[in-house]
Amino acid sequence: MYMIEARNIHKSFDRLHVLKGISLNVEEGEVIAIIGPSGSGKSTLLRCLIHLEVIDRGDITIQGQPFAYETEEGKSCYVPDKQVREICKKLGMVFQNFNLFPHKTVLGNIIEAPVIVNKMDREEAVDIAEGLLKRVGLADKRDNYPSQLSGGQKQRVAIARALAMKPDIMLFDEPTSSLDPELTGEVLKVMRDLAEDRMTMLVVTHEMGFAREVADRVIFMDDGEIIEEGCPKDIFRSPSNERTKSFIEQVL
Amino acid sequence: MQELLSEVVIPTMSYISRIIVPMLEGTVVTLKLFFITIILSIPLGVLIALARISKYKLLSSAVATYIWLLRGTPLLLQVFFVYYGLPNFGIVLDNFPASCIAFVLNYAAYLAEIFRAGIQSIDKGQYEGAKVLGFTYWQTMWRVILPQTVRRVLPPVSNEAITLVKDTALVYAIGLGELLRATKIAVSRDAVTSPFVVAAVFYLAMTFVLTKVFDKLEKRFAVY
Repeated sequence: MYMIEARNIHKSFDRLHVLKGISLNVEEGEVIAIIGPSGSGKSTLLRCLIHLEVIDRGDITIQGQPFAYETEEGKSCYVPDKQVREICKKLGMVFQNFNLFPHKTVLGNIIEAPVIVNKMDREEAVDIAEGLLKRVGLADKRDNYPSQLSGGQKQRVAIARALAMKPDIMLFDEPTSSLDPELTGEVLKVMRDLAEDRMTMLVVTHEMGFAREVADRVIFMDDGEIIEEGCPKDIFRSPSNERTKSFIEQVL
Repeated sequence: MQELLSEVVIPTMSYISRIIVPMLEGTVVTLKLFFITIILSIPLGVLIALARISKYKLLSSAVATYIWLLRGTPLLLQVFFVYYGLPNFGIVLDNFPASCIAFVLNYAAYLAEIFRAGIQSIDKGQYEGAKVLGFTYWQTMWRVILPQTVRRVLPPVSNEAITLVKDTALVYAIGLGELLRATKIAVSRDAVTSPFVVAAVFYLAMTFVLTKVFDKLEKRFAVY
């Protein structure tokens, strides 16, 4: 059973055709880096997988459960809201802009969803949160507000917050793109640790080093399509497609 | 001449002690109307704001019409309508409940627009952050959006609260014995204007306390 099975996904914003028939299977424990020029639809693809955008056509299955399916009229429907929420809980997402809750402390950010959404006991949630904070190296920041943290620290809190819901799959939407260069390392290290723990990860990134060293598979997208995919070695050393080649030459 | 003027405009202590009791009684009515309006119009305003930004077009336009009606006509007219107009429909209210109803409905409309602005000023990333964690709409509103809105709307709500203190004087027109009416009675009876000065001091004292309360609230919410 695949963790994510997406078939022939189409998505348009008004007249702009952003995803033009994307198919993608993700295996358990697999780390996939999605690379490509801006505007190629990488982020939109992630957002469709977690229902932040609604697909127009195609099917999505998460861990064997139908999530969105194409009807006979050729339009896609999502399962009812309640099921959408249940399925989304298996996916964690980390955003480029963190989206931490500014009115909550670091600890408050992490325990919020377990306590409110999963009705977990507060003490238990705090225990889990403290463990996660230790894991991302921010145990001493538990009572700070997000505004008192650096970008790298914020992003690590955001990762801990997502992990607190015990997701089976983590989606990263350009997690280091809004960080100062010297702060990307601390975030990438946390992501490396996660990958070593066999977390299933989809990472939209411009960090070619990360894609090359950590990813099991690299997907190159351009203009709403998957142009090429394969193991990092092949994609970076000997891309078969011209567009992949010129993109990789540009960014390396 | 000098003596006479000061007697008329600037109240003496002995005169104040004679009018203070009825004026304090009037202030109690003013404060009652103030608190009832604040306490009821804030939650109603939040609901109206949420309805106004609802994706259900019918609800949203019905609420838009409500806001237009309540902001588009004088508050005094609305007080008259509830007090003199509703009896035509078989609803007869005393002047105090009639005033409360008109004030709550009117202030809820203004507050709703302030809350709407506050809610819509919250970054959409906050909704997305909540959504990917599995929050429902109401959990998102209640735990994430509205708490952040409070801080942003405090200054304009403080404005409304101060206006409300002074708007309570309108109900004088339907014979409710609030502060201004108590003042006017003393003025007419004693043929002096000095009670107006006392009334001004009372209003200033009330708005002073309000200003301080809102300052405190703003400081408390400024921790993040």
